[in-house]
Amino acid sequence: MNNKPKIGVYVCHCGINIAKAVDVEAVAEFASRLPNVKVARNYAYMCSDPGQLLIREDIKNEGLNRVVVASCSPRMHEMTFRKTLAEAGLNPYYLEMANIREHCSWVHEDREKATEKAKRLVFSAVAKARLLEPLYENEVDVEPATLIIGGGIAGIQAALDIADAGFKVYLVEKTPSVGGRMSQLDKTFPTLDCSACILTPKMVDVASHPNIDLMTYSEVEEISGYVGNFDVKVRKKARYVDVDKCTGCGICAQECRLAGRIPSEFDAGIGKRGAIYLPFPQAVPAKYTIDPERCLMLTRGKCGKGPKCEAACAAGAINFEQKDEIVEVKVGTVIVATGFDVFDAAKKPEYGYSDYENVITALEMERLVSASGPTGGNIVLGKGEDAFVPKEVAFISCVGSRDKSVGNEYCSRVCCMYTAKLAHLVKEKLPEANVRVYYMDVRAFGKGFEEFYDRVRREGVRYVRGNPSEIFKRGDKLVIKAEDTLRSTPIEDEVDLVVLAVGLEPRKDTRQIIDLLRLSQSADRFYLEAHPKLAPVNTATDGVFLAGCAQGPKDIPDTVAQAKGAASSALVLLSSGKVKIGAQISFVNESTCRGCGYCVEICPYSAVELVSVNRMGNMVQVARVNEALCKGCGACSAGCLSGSIQQRSFMDRQILPQIAVLGGVR
Amino acid sequence: MSEQYEPNIVAFLCNWCSYAGADLAGTSRTQYPVNLNIIRVMCSGRVNPLFIINALQQGADGVLVSGCHPGDCHYMEGNFYARRRFGLMKELLEYIGVDSRRFNMSWVSASEGGKWKDVVEEVVGKAKEAGPFEQFRRNKINW
Repeated sequence: MNNKPKIGVYVCHCGINIAKAVDVEAVAEFASRLPNVKVARNYAYMCSDPGQLLIREDIKNEGLNRVVVASCSPRMHEMTFRKTLAEAGLNPYYLEMANIREHCSWVHEDREKATEKAKRLVFSAVAKARLLEPLYENEVDVEPATLIIGGGIAGIQAALDIADAGFKVYLVEKTPSVGGRMSQLDKTFPTLDCSACILTPKMVDVASHPNIDLMTYSEVEEISGYVGNFDVKVRKKARYVDVDKCTGCGICAQECRLAGRIPSEFDAGIGKRGAIYLPFPQAVPAKYTIDPERCLMLTRGKCGKGPKCEAACAAGAINFEQKDEIVEVKVGTVIVATGFDVFDAAKKPEYGYSDYENVITALEMERLVSASGPTGGNIVLGKGEDAFVPKEVAFISCVGSRDKSVGNEYCSRVCCMYTAKLAHLVKEKLPEANVRVYYMDVRAFGKGFEEFYDRVRREGVRYVRGNPSEIFKRGDKLVIKAEDTLRSTPIEDEVDLVVLAVGLEPRKDTRQIIDLLRLSQSADRFYLEAHPKLAPVNTATDGVFLAGCAQGPKDIPDTVAQAKGAASSALVLLSSGKVKIGAQISFVNESTCRGCGYCVEICPYSAVELVSVNRMGNMVQVARVNEALCKGCGACSAGCLSGSIQQRSFMDRQILPQIAVLGGVR
Repeated sequence: MSEQYEPNIVAFLCNWCSYAGADLAGTSRTQYPVNLNIIRVMCSGRVNPLFIINALQQGADGVLVSGCHPGDCHYMEGNFYARRRFGLMKELLEYIGVDSRRFNMSWVSASEGGKWKDVVEEVVGKAKEAGPFEQFRRNKINW
């Protein structure tokens, strides 16, 4: 047996990233004197082609059978170097990395101390490397289907791309219709495309595509399994309308006793609907839904002398007995495209959103200027005899963005431009109106954005640099108190309408999705991507991808681009049909296991079970790991009383030498 | 105790949250004390209580176990096991007379590079206060 460890240690300079704070030559020299180390080298960029070649040559010429790379985080380049080993014919799991960049050179300035620490980390990696064992990955089939959570433009685009490639898509949308936030918008910046005109055809496509199973008014309840093989439970909420019978004629909605009395979510609360409703005219599917929290029949058990909707429905589609239905599907990949919530303007009481009717949010303004909105696109305030057309319109930017006082330090990225767009629309509809925008900075960074911003200013929209401190009422007018920071003068402007450019926030149900899929949040509370630059649509959970504003605020083109990226990432798995999983999983030494079953209780994945085996003529119980279910957390191993169950790559006997090295410094 | 005393801490970090958080601290060039050395495990639930005793025996002056925030575990409930085990562990160490400032747990997510720095500073600070740890040292025998 020729498995005596012959270790190669490679200390990376990472240009000057490591070499600046760590004496890499000293570290390599130190490593060369460690037990079992055959060669120790330092090189400018180990991850580069020549760097990897260095390792491969040494494996060949020096007969290395273990490799330690002291460079960046293994989360960055472990895969790279494993591949290098495999290319040289060595088992890829004979690699150990010492993180001397993120955990050393970048966080310590004292060169002497940083070098000493780098030596310790390399020593620790060598101590572990000596005891590494070859591991083999399991290959499993990928279920040729994708679950997409969220039916906004991101979910729609990803669904269409995957379905067009020939794979099954389950598109799950919480509300009664697909379309999401984009469907609520009137025009889109900077091209002024009509939002509905470009979105509606795609909405129709997802509903009619043979490869897409569209589940609206549905929520994902449970996801289990792993990459390639997720088991999903979807709750199809009761609509109390038989979708097969409903023709979408809408007579029920006209007849409803509560018609026009319930704030419409689609119209951001400024329009009204009934208890049975279609969210908006172009909704897909064009099927009515009864709001179980409002419907008199469903909340009180009676509705006058009988529900008028039921009487009016010629198709007999109304069914108050309908129950939620649980649908189980199997998918190989998941795309999270759950979108965003708009900032609650009531959290900035100085702007008086809760107090004054004519202080509205930008989303409400979208509905007000939209031809499909409650006013038919006419900018009219007040009702009945008090109705009037505003002459002085003010926009306030960065409401709930770039504002630590409300916990949102980030820029929402779309508000500057949608403000410019809405200001343009006001000017277009009300040429006589004075339109002012109170801003901190204008960020017109995208394609055609600066040009559009310039155009809007030329159209007569006045930009005032200064965030208002207060809005209050004087007579019929709203007064904006601010400081013009360019002129250093205080201002008090009287206006008729204030539009708050509210920012984008993570959805309130972010927590639920995190619990379903084991995702993480970044500091801004949006979902965390696997790598901000190089894996922006991936998550820490293999096979789960992100698209759209769920990952962070973005505009429509960026959302569509990311959705296509997520779709293509999912398709890589789906089209290859196979995925390699978990080599670093647990195993049992059956000859020492006493069958207490403690690991069986601990395992979060039910991957360990007790089986009977014949041990020298006696039938005894021992633990056994189901390798397809084990995810390699190692919790069983920490709980085992006899050390019989161990996690590969993280065995007690591999970790203890690291502790001995790092603990025994003094 | 001399002014120059620098404690030595062994830290066990889960791959998905705390290790990534420490990586982020690095990427952000956040400076923190050099006294803490990290051992990567996949989950804080992997950390065997014996590792803690072993680290102290080997000469560490303090130990840190850090994982995902409760409820955020990549493996669903691994950090709950860690929390249970090390809540008990801390009491046990106190019972046998080990200064509780030597044993620390923290929850640092992948986005909390700043928090990681605070944790390291706190853990190192506490170990400095507690002074060198000699209790578990085997007496050196001169043959």
